[in-house]
Amino acid sequence: MDADTKQCGASGLALFLGLVMILLVVAVAFAAAIGDYRIDVGTVFLAVTNGLGLTSADIPPIEQSVVWDLRLSRALVAALAGAGLAICGAILQALLRNALAEPFVLGVSAGASTGAVAVIVLGIGAGSLSLSMGAFAGAFAAFALVALLSNGATSGPNHTILAGVAASQLFNALTSYVVTTSGNAQQARDVMFWLLGSFGGVRWPDFQLLVIVVAIGLVICLLMARSLDAFTFGDEDAASLGVPVARIRLILFGVTALMTATIVSMVGTIGFVGLVVPHAARYIVGPLHLRLLPACAAVGAVFLVLADIASRVVAEQQTIPIGVVTALVGVPFFAIILYRARPQT
Amino acid sequence: MTVTAKNLVWGAQRKTIVNNVSLDVAEGETLGLIGPNGSGKSSLLRLLSGLRAPLSGRVEILGQDIARVSRKTLARQLAFVQQNATTDTNVSVRDVVRLGRTPHRSALAGWTAADEAAVSAALERVEMAGRRAQAWQTLSGGERQRVHIARALAQSPRVMFLDEPTNHLDIHHQIEILRMVRRLDVTSVVALHDLNLAATFCDRIVVLQAGAVVACGTPAGVLTPPLLRDVFQVEAEVTFEPQTARPHIRFRAA
Repeated sequence: MDADTKQCGASGLALFLGLVMILLVVAVAFAAAIGDYRIDVGTVFLAVTNGLGLTSADIPPIEQSVVWDLRLSRALVAALAGAGLAICGAILQALLRNALAEPFVLGVSAGASTGAVAVIVLGIGAGSLSLSMGAFAGAFAAFALVALLSNGATSGPNHTILAGVAASQLFNALTSYVVTTSGNAQQARDVMFWLLGSFGGVRWPDFQLLVIVVAIGLVICLLMARSLDAFTFGDEDAASLGVPVARIRLILFGVTALMTATIVSMVGTIGFVGLVVPHAARYIVGPLHLRLLPACAAVGAVFLVLADIASRVVAEQQTIPIGVVTALVGVPFFAIILYRARPQT
Repeated sequence: MTVTAKNLVWGAQRKTIVNNVSLDVAEGETLGLIGPNGSGKSSLLRLLSGLRAPLSGRVEILGQDIARVSRKTLARQLAFVQQNATTDTNVSVRDVVRLGRTPHRSALAGWTAADEAAVSAALERVEMAGRRAQAWQTLSGGERQRVHIARALAQSPRVMFLDEPTNHLDIHHQIEILRMVRRLDVTSVVALHDLNLAATFCDRIVVLQAGAVVACGTPAGVLTPPLLRDVFQVEAEVTFEPQTARPHIRFRAA
């Protein structure tokens, strides 16, 4: 159908998504095999089929447990987090008409860190409130503040971004204040580690929650993909194309905030995925959102699984914060795209 | 009447910008909106096309009150061309024109032959068919404006609103755009700055001053030296083109 555009047609997109999904399966398999305790891929396969109840192969219980209980859930959460952050980035770049927009631009990450710090350092909730719930509450508080400052995001993209900047500054200041006045050295280190993102400690319940949130988010965004395209020339232009602008924007900001807050509350603020992956995907499949969003989800998933593998193998006996890896890998990759997509005039 | 406005009032922060405007546009007519800066031309166009809701008064298009019609239904019947709408996204000419089909498509429906036909016809109409694969960013100002008009045409509208479509274009492209708009078989309402262009291309002209209609009629009936002095504060001489009997305005320095 798109014979004369630069991008390939529907079959080309299907081929691309198929290839990326194969890559994702391979990456997840490696993520489950690689680590301080190495397990060969054949055993990983059997451990997975055992876990699913398809086989009852005789493999050492320790290997079964490492693959199924620790590494597989971790890899799948990484994939979902990557997919979710990339989708959110693409949506916000379209709605805010800003190439620099990413999931944390509306203050969600700053709010989450304040919430997490309140739980870690101040002990708010006295043990009944987990770090995740604190982070989630903080993230939504920040989003609510941004919505308030920008009149429900109706005051134009720049106004909304400025409201996000203000909220980020406020919540970052609160975080720093709490850490410096109340925290000890160990707590400060915990907070910093959490802020840079980590998949350590995620388990199947996290996966179950995240798969629901990301799937619902993706479906809603796909249903609104056509409307998102109409924002290419701004809000008023979208309205003149028959898009109910206020409703679409409210729903999409809400969906991205929910997805981002859920992800951040589980694995911390993993930067750069939500910024880089949409640009990379747009470069491959073009700017139309019905194509872009699935591509973002697939590429984002692979990217974070690979980044997680890298974070575990680069330094022996240590795990580098995932945010460090995404930036170290992402920036050179981003530089290539920027260079190749530079204006020709 | 294709477009009927009755007693439209709109304002912001206690300042009235559109003050009790009523007007009618007949089927197929090209109506020019002129007036000095800040006279409410753009605001009136947005009220007429339903992009803004009036504080009071109403607009009927093709016999229906637009306040009672959904945005999507409205966008199938009328199109709005903004001045200098631009984007940073790397889209092709065809992608932009395809956006015009948005109100005709459901969320996940495929691209139909009718969609393709509308896009192709629109591109032909503005003589950009050969440039469909070109990147939007590489187009000149006049080409961008033509692509915007093509996008509006792809909506298959019966009424088109254009907000200063000739802004920032050289004289050749100004004339080209307006000639094209005039030839389209849609009813159009065009806000214009250049009085001679309005005189040449519009069937009727509405003159706005401080948000109110001060004159309405044929170019020859409206563009008189007293009105120009009154509204635009210029001294001018009006002569008539021998062949078309349309007025031609010459401004005097003092």
